[in-house]
Amino acid sequence: MDVDDDPKPAEPLLRLRGISKHFTGVRALDRVDLDVRAGELHVLFGENGAGKSTLINVVSGTFPPDEGTFHFESEEIRHLTPQRARAIGISPVFQEFSLVPSLTVEENLFLGREVSQGGVLWAREMRKRATALIDELGFDLNPALRVDDLSRAHQQMAEIAKALLGRVRLLILDEPTASLTERETGRLFELIARLKSQNVGLIYVSHRMREIRALADRVTVLRDGRHIRTLDAATSTDGELVELMTGRKIDLLFPTIAHKPDKVMVDVENLTLADGSVRDVNLYARAGEITGIAGLVGCGKSELIRAIYGIEPATSGVIRIDGAPYEFPAPRRSLKRGIAYFPANRIAEGLALSRPIRENASMTVLDLPAFARFGLLRQAAERARIGGIMAQLQLRPPNIERTAGALSGGNRQKVMLGRALTRELTVFLFDEPSVGIDVGAKLEVYEFMKRLVEAGAAVIVVSSELPEVLALSNRLYVMHHGRIAAELTGDEKTEQNVLSSFFRDHLTAEVA
Amino acid sequence: MSTARVTAGPQSSIGLRSIAGRIGFLPALLLLLVAAMSATDPQFYGIINILNILRNASLLAIVACGQALVIVAGGFDLSVGAVVALASVVTAKTMATTATAFPGNTALIIASGVAAGLGCGMVVGLVNGFCVAKLKVSGFVVTLGTMSATAGVGLMITNGIPVYGMPDIFVKGFGRAQAFGLPTAVHVALIVILVMVFAQRRTLFGRYVYAIGGNVDAAVVSGVSIQRHIVGTYVVSSVLAALAGILLTAQVGSGQASFGGDRMMLQSIAAAVIGGVSLRGGVGRVEIVAISALFLTILGNALNLLHVDSRLQPVFLGVIMVAAVALDELSRRRKARV
Repeated sequence: MDVDDDPKPAEPLLRLRGISKHFTGVRALDRVDLDVRAGELHVLFGENGAGKSTLINVVSGTFPPDEGTFHFESEEIRHLTPQRARAIGISPVFQEFSLVPSLTVEENLFLGREVSQGGVLWAREMRKRATALIDELGFDLNPALRVDDLSRAHQQMAEIAKALLGRVRLLILDEPTASLTERETGRLFELIARLKSQNVGLIYVSHRMREIRALADRVTVLRDGRHIRTLDAATSTDGELVELMTGRKIDLLFPTIAHKPDKVMVDVENLTLADGSVRDVNLYARAGEITGIAGLVGCGKSELIRAIYGIEPATSGVIRIDGAPYEFPAPRRSLKRGIAYFPANRIAEGLALSRPIRENASMTVLDLPAFARFGLLRQAAERARIGGIMAQLQLRPPNIERTAGALSGGNRQKVMLGRALTRELTVFLFDEPSVGIDVGAKLEVYEFMKRLVEAGAAVIVVSSELPEVLALSNRLYVMHHGRIAAELTGDEKTEQNVLSSFFRDHLTAEVA
Repeated sequence: MSTARVTAGPQSSIGLRSIAGRIGFLPALLLLLVAAMSATDPQFYGIINILNILRNASLLAIVACGQALVIVAGGFDLSVGAVVALASVVTAKTMATTATAFPGNTALIIASGVAAGLGCGMVVGLVNGFCVAKLKVSGFVVTLGTMSATAGVGLMITNGIPVYGMPDIFVKGFGRAQAFGLPTAVHVALIVILVMVFAQRRTLFGRYVYAIGGNVDAAVVSGVSIQRHIVGTYVVSSVLAALAGILLTAQVGSGQASFGGDRMMLQSIAAAVIGGVSLRGGVGRVEIVAISALFLTILGNALNLLHVDSRLQPVFLGVIMVAAVALDELSRRRKARV
């Protein structure tokens, strides 16, 4: 452990020494040290389960460490609570939002620190301050709207605004750009620069190399709950960071996939959805290749594949699967026709967290006679089949009777992938397959897709991460405002072309 | 890629709680209660008292099994108590009417009465299920409504007067009869519990109920038809409540609109919750719920024998129910992710 102590004698803003945290049977943090200086952006880097979340939870007072010392602004802090943390200027922005959906943005901003006189809320003052803050941040956000009426990107903005209300000394950002568009991300980066110049310290959690390159002053790598190394961002390479994180060398993030386009498996003609999120879309996907769909958050790309699977209702258009028209899609019938869908939000739409892995993995196949006959389950067959599949996916620990809620992100994704192996499928729809999982788990997902495609399946990948869809897909559609803006193949498939097709669409819209 | 983290954590946390957890917290508590009562009051293990306990526990267990199923699917059934009453008066009234139309045809009389009783349970269940699954009204509100309506219908049929006129054989040969030394209700309850255990573990219906309660959106994406199974849980719950109502009628010998009621409804929810059924849905086993029904019945009996003020008894029920849920939450919080 070579913590490069700074030459300046100045005490860092935050100084953690030997922080450990246990949860029954699991050592989440093992004697971790962390320094964050005022005016510095400090990136926490590590795989899922490396201890990043636990560490930022300790810093923001969600739970106390079992051992170790905690100094903030040279003062030893004990018995930190979330309220006290905010009071001394530690402001966290978590990935899971701390917003009350049924309250307005403004009410959420001031939640717990309302401006009041004698128990009566002073609404005008709060409105004024909320508007001032949002204007200063440059967010396009109406403080009077209810949070559940906002898009995810806008909820993210509200969350950041909430963290910045009041005096902030240390801002914690946990993957803040996951649901922001490029433009909003740009705004956020400007804001971060401004905060740094105001001597605010930042802890920043991200898996995205580009952001780390653009923002970081120093990077602390965590692995298996231990502090591996703290490096200067300017002098470290991407390869070095990934190697430190995974403990092994990863040469290529994206596997080379041999696309062998065969017959058209999915053919969508003039599809329009009931909520207008997709309009007049034509698209096809062939067996033996990965068809990518790129686009900004909210462009309708997720809705498109959800409509093919039968979760979003369509008003007009034709969907053909393997040449045969597919009317009134519904999940059960889609599965029968060999279509599988992997939702972006694995907790909300993927897994029943209170149920065992076995039941979660077999949930999509119980209509098959191999698993159930006359409404009676064949448990021995189920156990053997799912056990084999999860072993193949290298579930660790290999116990399929554990509840899904007890699993980490990577293992949860494995349970989802396991579903695909339980039955004969020919079309795979992946919705944001790498959101919220680390580099190692991403690699496994990509390898999984590679095996599917090379075995002759049709794979459609929807992703907001441009490098991902560019590298994986054989043909790439670009969606913009619910329509297909471009179809790119071969050499046309560049970041430049994707971005310019958003731009071109903007121009034509303005002309028209 | 989650590298297998070595669980080198403290293994010393095998305390009292986990020992109780291994053999089951509830059975341990139940044994403790039985042992304590046997020691203090010889009346407790008298044959009459034991049969009385078993009979009451059976009725509660039948209703609680259905309630548990609904709660596992993420719903709530407040109407069970009212269904017990309605099934009771409908069964008695139908038998009395059929008896005047076809005197002496006992088989027909009994069959028509039982069918009518179970049938009205099924109707209430279908109404509940339809409103929850199709109209998307919350189960709490729907069953609150049907509870009120059902209780009203029961009172209208009887005007509050017990309904007599059932065949003797139904009362003496069934309701008050004993086989292998146990009352009929116990046998029926055992059959119901066995069938329900089987349904929960070995049937698609049971599995899908768990899946829907565990995460309804995930179940939709996985191709599970939600509405059919939700309606199914409410129908099972209401039919089981009706069955309990018929057993009660046969035992007492008259149909009464005062059977079941709020008390039965509250106790069925309490039995389910104490039996480990999570109000968040997705978790719960009917055999534990049955044990919990037995526990609650013995507890009530013990409080009676100890001459605890009957007005104080509901307080115990309340405290135990809250404690059970608190314990459940506490153990949830201690679980770690791997």
